[in-house]
Amino acid sequence: MNKYMIYLNGKRCIGCHGCEVHCKANKNLPVGPQLCEIDHSVMVKIKSVPKTEFTFRSCYHCEEPFCAPICPTNAMIKREDGIVYIDQEKCIGCMACAGACPWTIPQLNPETGKAVKCDYCMDRVDAGLRPACVTKCTTHALKFVIMQEVV
Amino acid sequence: MTKSVYSICGMCTVRCPIRVETENNKVTWIEGNQHLIGGALCAKGSAGPAMIADKERPQQPLIRDGARGSGRWKPVSWPTAYDYIADKLKKIKSEYGPESVVLSSRGGPWQGMYKSFIHAFGSPNYTNHDSTCGRNTHHSSLSLNGVGRKGFVYDIKNAKHLVLFGRNMFSSLRIAENLQTLDMLDNGGKLTYVDVRQTITGLKSTRFFQVRPGTDYALALGMIHEIIRREAYDSDFIDRYVTGFDELCYFVEQYTPAWAAKECGVREKAIKNFVDEVLEDMPKVIFHPGWNLSRYKDSFYAARALHILNILMGNIEQKGGLIIPKGPGDCGKKGINAIDIPKPDIKRGDGVGWKYKHFDKGPGLGHLFFPTMESEDPYPIKAWISMRNDPFSCMPDPKRQEQYFDKCDLLVSIDVHYSEFGWFSDIILPECTYLERDNGICVQKGPKPRFGRRQKALEPENDSKPSWEIFKNLADRLGMEDYFPFNSIEEYWKWQLEPTGYSVKDFEEKGFISLSDEVVMYDPEKLDGQFNTPSGKIEILSQKLDKAGLPSLKEYVSPLRPPKGMFRLVYGRSAVHTHGHTVNNPLLNELMPKNSLWINVKAANKLGIVHGDLVDVTSEDESYTGTVEANVVDYIHSEAVYMVHGFGREISRQTRCLHAGISDQKLMVNKLDDWDQAGGAINLCEVFVIVRRSVRNPKRRVEL
Ligand code: SF4
Ligand code: SF4
Ligand code: SF4
Ligand code: SF4
Repeated sequence: MNKYMIYLNGKRCIGCHGCEVHCKANKNLPVGPQLCEIDHSVMVKIKSVPKTEFTFRSCYHCEEPFCAPICPTNAMIKREDGIVYIDQEKCIGCMACAGACPWTIPQLNPETGKAVKCDYCMDRVDAGLRPACVTKCTTHALKFVIMQEVV
Repeated sequence: MTKSVYSICGMCTVRCPIRVETENNKVTWIEGNQHLIGGALCAKGSAGPAMIADKERPQQPLIRDGARGSGRWKPVSWPTAYDYIADKLKKIKSEYGPESVVLSSRGGPWQGMYKSFIHAFGSPNYTNHDSTCGRNTHHSSLSLNGVGRKGFVYDIKNAKHLVLFGRNMFSSLRIAENLQTLDMLDNGGKLTYVDVRQTITGLKSTRFFQVRPGTDYALALGMIHEIIRREAYDSDFIDRYVTGFDELCYFVEQYTPAWAAKECGVREKAIKNFVDEVLEDMPKVIFHPGWNLSRYKDSFYAARALHILNILMGNIEQKGGLIIPKGPGDCGKKGINAIDIPKPDIKRGDGVGWKYKHFDKGPGLGHLFFPTMESEDPYPIKAWISMRNDPFSCMPDPKRQEQYFDKCDLLVSIDVHYSEFGWFSDIILPECTYLERDNGICVQKGPKPRFGRRQKALEPENDSKPSWEIFKNLADRLGMEDYFPFNSIEEYWKWQLEPTGYSVKDFEEKGFISLSDEVVMYDPEKLDGQFNTPSGKIEILSQKLDKAGLPSLKEYVSPLRPPKGMFRLVYGRSAVHTHGHTVNNPLLNELMPKNSLWINVKAANKLGIVHGDLVDVTSEDESYTGTVEANVVDYIHSEAVYMVHGFGREISRQTRCLHAGISDQKLMVNKLDDWDQAGGAINLCEVFVIVRRSVRNPKRRVEL
């Protein structure tokens, strides 16, 4: 079972796109790939105030990822705790994963010629920290949820 | 080796506290200070390291090697650059006197050094960008409360209701303030938002007034009327501290909610319901008196009306209200040593203090140096040193400014980036980025005052210098070394901290020195002496304005409607850019490479413009046109068009943002003289533009 989840509290999010840059800065990504995305719906009036919903999307870390089996070098790996990540050593940048993913989540890093995607900042998580986007969210709207099995 | 330092962000002038980790002189992590803002940082804050790596910034001192503005530069060494400036300054001083040199800066906690530099040189002419920003708000507060706009901080977190007139705070983005506002909303607080369009801030509001552009003052007057009629004010506070209340009551009688509703294009019932809420929530109601209110011809009076609303609430020095910022003295501590060389006793070149006596002499009014450049009365202006201030980006009509500045013998730009002014100047001195420089220690006043410090996290990558070193070196060459008694930042910090009993070591644990663990509050019943007006009271009828022949309570005059085919130009900010400073930053440019023209859907329909069309936006006199995509939206008033400020740059070395989007200030042709005689600021929204569907939209298709 997946152990982690990122949750966006839409009431606090101000659509500042900080999380997108926090992610890129942490992974030292060049212009191009973007591992998470803030989007908003068309404005509609609710109690005479035009409102919109903000959504946050990174990788879904699918229970049965489409991206992993297709990878010719087995670079796409799902960990015990559910995190789906790319072993950069093994990745050859063929982008088969992106084709297999229903949301085209993996992206090409033009500097390394390899695929990149959200890995829930597993190096940080393994060190007991929270992901970059969550830690630095401008308004503390993003939460890193660690799921517990109910016995 | 991993290093961690606490510092202060410099991607915008909010200056959030940060912590930076580095390895081998590269940033590996940067976050908001956990002790103060829980790690939060904005997009710009995270894009700091991308700025360092950006080679499209001046890499070493540059001296102009062609006509002004030709973009031809010769790289020189620092000693050559310092000599060049010092020699020219000496010559100008001997020919025209020291007062013919102006120094402008972006303000902030370190401006004391720049100001002292120009004072030590012998000139009274220190100025900043505030005549296109907060001057109206500042002067309005001074006229009423006897303290400037920084004379209060807002205890939003503990408020029950925050009222914002056009203050789009989630895009201007002060992290600590935003966190407070969202906490207030989480606790069931209310947010009332007034603007000509819906914004990110308005999205979070519980009540939204979309008003006709230029009618803020009318809405505020309508609110005052209704609050007084319903007796929703603190009469004890008014009896104790306020003069002129009766005159106010008499004055607002004519401005009923019905009248205001009609004038602003909102519902009367909504104003009345709003006052119901205020009655419930007072005194924990904050009317934010505005920030950048250099907008309409009556913005000064609108800001006064907002201050008056706070006064009616009796919210000063109340939890959830306006709090008087406290300094070291209020905590029984000693303040720091600061370089503060008094202003020479010479008339200011902008007329502030002698021609215009009701304005704050501090930074004067930057735009009023232009008429003096032209007339040379009371004396010629021959040099302008710009410390991170970009007159061409912040003031209207840069073409006209060029003609004025061209009368100067020396134009200096000290900046991290190429600024539009810098590009036209004679010499550019690259300052190191905020991650590569130390700055002096600063006092951060507030309910819980502290000392803060910017400390460098990295050694500079290009041949740039911190501002303290630049001014110190220039001072040495100009025989002013005695005024700057230090040779290194360590010596400077030590000297600054001398009276306090603290040492720089005390910054190490948290990045700041807290002067009080508790919130320091004065007794709200004993506020006498806090209001520095001639009478010592809050003056609704201001003696200062009266002396200047200006009314304190000004009759409302309805704003002009734009002529057919024209719109009122309204500008603002996005959360991902700091005006023109960041539009060329690789990561922020990726997020938002250009601006667009917001236009009301019905108005666009009439002009045959659909969403995404290219539109030509032309200045009123048709001398300047920019082309940009139309953002056709429901929630903007049909008289207004809106754009994000900072785009439309023409600096060929900034390839990412070159000619991307359009510039509002270039559309403000002939608007340099349109300023507020009472508040001092330029009326940046008294500008009409022509909008047409552009001929550059593709007409033909080749493929099927
Ligand atoms: S950083 Fe936080 S507030 Fe900003 S867009 Fe991302 S989730 Fe929303
Ligand atoms: S990349 Fe796509 S398929 Fe793979 S885990 Fe993420 S969402 Fe699922
Ligand atoms: S969890 Fe890490 S990798 Fe995934 S979007 Fe957030 S910052 Fe990026
Ligand atoms: S608001 Fe953003 S850019 Fe401005 S100082 Fe704070 S973190 Fe830096």
